[in-house]
Amino acid sequence: MCLGIRAVPGLVYYGVLILSSRPKPTYWPSGVNRMSRDPVLCTIKGPIMLQVGDVKTDFARAGVAVIDVTFPQTKAVDVQEIVFKNYYTAFLSIRILQNNHHCSGERSRNWRTCLRNYCLMPNPHTEDGSQEYTSLFRQQMLCDLDQVTSLRLILRQPSPVWLHFSLEELQIYHCGQENPQKGFPLWLSCLLSQEQPTKVHNALPDAEKASSEVQQMWMLTEVIQTNETAARIGRFDVDGCYDINLLSYT
Amino acid sequence: MLHSERELPLVIAHMVQKLRGTVLYSQLERQARVSLHRSDIKLESLKEDIKEFLKISGWEKKLQNAVYRELNVHPLPSHPLATAEHIKEPLSYMRRAQASWEKRILKSLNSMCTEQSIPLARKRPTIEQKELLSKWNEMGTDEPDLSRFRPVYAPKDFLEVLINLRNPNYECSDQPSFRSHLGLIQVPLQVKDIPELTEYFKELGLNTGQLGIDDSTQVPPELFESEHIHIGKKVLRQQDSAAAQQYVRQGCPTALRAELWALILNISNQPEDMLYYEQLKANVIQYDLLADSLIYKDVKLTASNDDFYFVFEDYLYQVLLCFSRDTSVLEHFAYNSASPPKSYIRGKLGLEEYAVVYPPNGVIPFHGFSMYVAPLCYLYHEPSKLYQVFREMYVRFFFRLHSISSHLSGIVSLCLLFETLLQSHLPELFYHLREIGAQPLRISFKWMVRAFSGYLATDQLLLLWDRILGYNSLEILAVLAAAVFAFRAVNLMEVTSLAAAEKQDEMLDLLHTHDNHIYLKQYLLIFQL
Repeated sequence: MCLGIRAVPGLVYYGVLILSSRPKPTYWPSGVNRMSRDPVLCTIKGPIMLQVGDVKTDFARAGVAVIDVTFPQTKAVDVQEIVFKNYYTAFLSIRILQNNHHCSGERSRNWRTCLRNYCLMPNPHTEDGSQEYTSLFRQQMLCDLDQVTSLRLILRQPSPVWLHFSLEELQIYHCGQENPQKGFPLWLSCLLSQEQPTKVHNALPDAEKASSEVQQMWMLTEVIQTNETAARIGRFDVDGCYDINLLSYT
Repeated sequence: MLHSERELPLVIAHMVQKLRGTVLYSQLERQARVSLHRSDIKLESLKEDIKEFLKISGWEKKLQNAVYRELNVHPLPSHPLATAEHIKEPLSYMRRAQASWEKRILKSLNSMCTEQSIPLARKRPTIEQKELLSKWNEMGTDEPDLSRFRPVYAPKDFLEVLINLRNPNYECSDQPSFRSHLGLIQVPLQVKDIPELTEYFKELGLNTGQLGIDDSTQVPPELFESEHIHIGKKVLRQQDSAAAQQYVRQGCPTALRAELWALILNISNQPEDMLYYEQLKANVIQYDLLADSLIYKDVKLTASNDDFYFVFEDYLYQVLLCFSRDTSVLEHFAYNSASPPKSYIRGKLGLEEYAVVYPPNGVIPFHGFSMYVAPLCYLYHEPSKLYQVFREMYVRFFFRLHSISSHLSGIVSLCLLFETLLQSHLPELFYHLREIGAQPLRISFKWMVRAFSGYLATDQLLLLWDRILGYNSLEILAVLAAAVFAFRAVNLMEVTSLAAAEKQDEMLDLLHTHDNHIYLKQYLLIFQL
């Protein structure tokens, strides 16, 4: 079964923009303001390895593991994004349990598959994608992610060369957390403000111009603060001194 | 490069942020301001007119080249949760291995300091400063006593570290199984196989004309050469980095190489760049570093003994000493798995505001380091330009040859690529050498760590580095190393020990006299199989 998304790990993150019909992208390059969001509180159980045959005598590994995520009983979540760091999982499927919102209040006990065999490692025998961060968005899923009460992540690793596989730093975000104002990076507002022409001919600066320049200066300092690479000073000494005896190990 | 059009907004945002605060940015701004005085700039169509002005005055091209440089050098923006160390190297066991290797280097440097009771860095007294300044252009005539100094490490030591590299999550027992690698490198990185290489290096195919190869196509070489030079000049007139990069894949005409490489690396040697170089020089004069002695020692041991490079000894000192003081090199640690050594100003141990990087560029030279600079001396005679080209080559390529990382151009991947190629292409030879205890990598490792500098005749080496620049990748080094073995396969099948095999690798020297083009030809041939 093929999903309508790019299944190339390592690039998964870029897949975000493919599906992004949202007004503002969520991510910005490092160094600019990122919106601060809190992941949804949840209980994560696992990974539990699927075992073939007797646990004590059979050492064959099935290459399948399950992670269960549940939200506190009273709460169902409209899931927006699932973020994790891979640890040697090659393929991921996700199944969800929802409060059936079509038949008001009545809960359906059917598991629905919202992601099927999503590729996290293009070649399961080698390192590619083995420890990458990935974001999965609701737009990428096979079904809606409203009113989710629990998720079951099914991890597969067909290659026998890895001793363990799992997903780490699993975080789930719900809808309605995007705040465009907060996510709006400073350099962009700076760009917009500078598009107005400035007079260059000799004249006394008017108050409006002066204030806009002060504002620009302020913005520039903000940009420099957020953008460390922009300021290259070139000094390696401290107060004119670079007398060193030994290197530090920490 | 770009993976799809959809990533574009993100890459653009990244790029704008990178380029703000650069000299080019302020130059563009100044040009735009100056252009306001021109009669062809109308207020009602200001934005468009200025854009047009920047285009025809050549500034747009400069911006394009700067963007192209960023795309080539910096990794694309990664996942927002990715930490700085994850961006440096995504595999945690590689990071740990690199960190413990660094610690070994630090210990070795520290013990050198303690044994000889010399400081790592000190300010030179005024008399000493004047003396150094007066002999700046002839530092090679100086014969300081360097017997107490030893290179911090040699490629051989580094190879041992790479051989012992293991993924703790990889099932490997002492018993050989289908999983154990037959070569020395035991980490399961993804490397290109022959079909992928053929596709990747398609311009090196036998049907494409190559400079430096006489009989590879049906087209008479003179005809190809004159046409190629003609195109090269056109590329230079256009001042387009991307076009230049594509062009050098088929080799650079000697006369155009210096300019073409500078164009690809986006080096223009502006007055401010020369000023920056002078400032570095002033820093060399002002401070005496222990690392300087290591550089001296290395030049004396390598380039000064090389028939091709000994004449450049003075240049090498100038470039390498300035390089060690250049804090702009520190930026490359954002995408290098290595981290710069740290220290504290004397008497201020543990106080973070007195923490400094040592040496100021964060790079500790090892045995053979100066060979990265030596071949460039053939191309650039002006020290400041030579310096900038070297620095750019270092932060784009050479650092990968002595850092432990999973990058495709990293030394670990190159070693694995070399072993895999040899194993699949010449299994009998590989098996034979392995059986007699002469693992091929033990012979080829030093070639790759030095990017073949000192092992190939200079004209051949520059043709090889053309391809490194052209493909923005070091993988060609592994391919060439494998090709050398393929070329000497018959003789190597007869040797019975590592020493004898190593003697065979003097085959590289043979090339200097016999057929200069044979290796290039050889790696083209490999791809046809």
